[in-house]
Amino acid sequence: MSETGYKPDPDNATGGRKSAGSQPAFPMRRSIFRKNLMTALLLAPATLWLVVFLVLPFVAIAIFSVGERAPEGGYQAALTFAQYANLPARATAFWNTMVLAPVGALACLLVAYPVAYYLALRAPDRWRLILLALIVIPFWTSLLMRTYAWIYILGGRGIPALLAYVGIEDLRLINTPGAVLLGIVYGYLPLMILPIYVSLERLDRRLLEASADLGATPLSTFLGVTLRLSLPGVMTGFSLVMILLLGEYLIPTLLGGGKVFFIGNALVDLFLQSRNWPFGSAIAITLVLVSVVVLIIANRISTRLSGARRVDLI
Amino acid sequence: MRAFVIAVFAFLYLPIALVVLFSFNAGHHASEFTGFSVQWYGKALSNPFLVEALKNSLFIATTSALLAAFCGTAAALGLQRVGTRTRALFDALLGAAIVVPGVVIGISTLVALVQLFAVVNPFLASLWPTDQPPRLALGYGSIIAAHGLFSMALVTMIVGTRLGSLDRNLVEASSDLYATPLTTFRSIVLPQIMPAVIAGFLLAFTFSFDDFIIAFFVAGVQTTLPIYVFASIRRGVTPEINAIATIVLCASVVLVLLAQWQLGRRKPSP
Repeated sequence: MSETGYKPDPDNATGGRKSAGSQPAFPMRRSIFRKNLMTALLLAPATLWLVVFLVLPFVAIAIFSVGERAPEGGYQAALTFAQYANLPARATAFWNTMVLAPVGALACLLVAYPVAYYLALRAPDRWRLILLALIVIPFWTSLLMRTYAWIYILGGRGIPALLAYVGIEDLRLINTPGAVLLGIVYGYLPLMILPIYVSLERLDRRLLEASADLGATPLSTFLGVTLRLSLPGVMTGFSLVMILLLGEYLIPTLLGGGKVFFIGNALVDLFLQSRNWPFGSAIAITLVLVSVVVLIIANRISTRLSGARRVDLI
Repeated sequence: MRAFVIAVFAFLYLPIALVVLFSFNAGHHASEFTGFSVQWYGKALSNPFLVEALKNSLFIATTSALLAAFCGTAAALGLQRVGTRTRALFDALLGAAIVVPGVVIGISTLVALVQLFAVVNPFLASLWPTDQPPRLALGYGSIIAAHGLFSMALVTMIVGTRLGSLDRNLVEASSDLYATPLTTFRSIVLPQIMPAVIAGFLLAFTFSFDDFIIAFFVAGVQTTLPIYVFASIRRGVTPEINAIATIVLCASVVLVLLAQWQLGRRKPSP
């Protein structure tokens, strides 16, 4: 693909070589050829990487997904849609994911919005950067390490033990959907805060003053101006978190303890334990398709939102 | 609102603080803090499996981040010179590399590489003169490549953004003054994109060092630190893990702060 990375005019490619001597009439051609060669060289490693480790693997699981499981596990060539027809066998994983991903993203949003609002519009200037850094740091530190702390906190000797002191006995926190939801909010909060913060920070403060001057109550200013103008950021954060949650594996594994499992858990099981590669591939393809649909819907809503904003401002 | 924000920051940092606190616990049990001690750091660093996993992770993260920084920067530069169609295609592929869930990247890479090796290994064996031909297998190479995919896309985007805001006048002025393209690149373009390249490298390193799910599939017989930690957690939490988690957390914080600092650095005045 690197060779198609530019459109070589056949005239140029050969002309460049022909003029390689001391023909002063075509000095430009040689430089165009060189320029194209340079572009191709610059793009070649990335192209190779994308083809071998993104396109090729995707083609491979697409082919596998219409195949059959070999008796000893793995893959056997076939052309059948049986794997896709069999998807309801993993309905629980799909159901858990499709419920907990949007609910988790929504819970993230409800916690993140006030924080982003405070950081962008209320925080004292000298604190803002420090607070922002404090938001970013957890995001780039290992999700595994951060999640596993909650095993302590929610486990038998954590919060339930504390609650037993005040008389609430036999409370189970870990390995419940609630624990998974908590882990989701904890893990993905930074990712939700940042885009909302960016959209609120760009907000033209004069609009807020104008709204107040025109007699709007603080609430209607918030709903009509602040919230409205930050919706693109909200959409970005929501779709990012939702897409990442669709493929989540660690949080349900560590905090759901095999009782609350996601599509990611089904995939690990099918590829590493029961070695049903074709069925796993069909699930993976379905997962990618669902992600693409979510992205497209989010994109539609975002363009509509920004379109509406433009009309409003005129 | 302020109280709520404070509560959220507490929510974000309390679990981390707990891990750090209990890494200095003298006792074995996670439920009670019995005294200050650094024994778990000593135990962690004298556990050969843990040290091996740590070394593997450092090697893989460094290599994949270096490759990603190099190829990603080259790609970002190359994308400046192509038509809109090629650019759109690349942007779509790079976006896919970032957005496709890690679990799918992991399994699809596993499937593709296993098939590829099944073809290549007999072929290599038939060509090899001696009885012990090299066998391609999952391991360092596959983890580095799979991590590098995400990292390269990340670097391309970060450097691309920086290139987009590059002052074109300087580039033109440079060539007007008869600088060769190479000189222009070295003295004008490179200094301006360098902070983005370094930030990309550091973020790529952090990503690779922290990733569990992709490595879980393509590691073969190798162990990385997150894989080791995951396995230990399944066996039951040990204070050793707290110690190593604290070390890793501190390293990550330093790297992220470095990356932020590099990204926020003002362009050197021309």
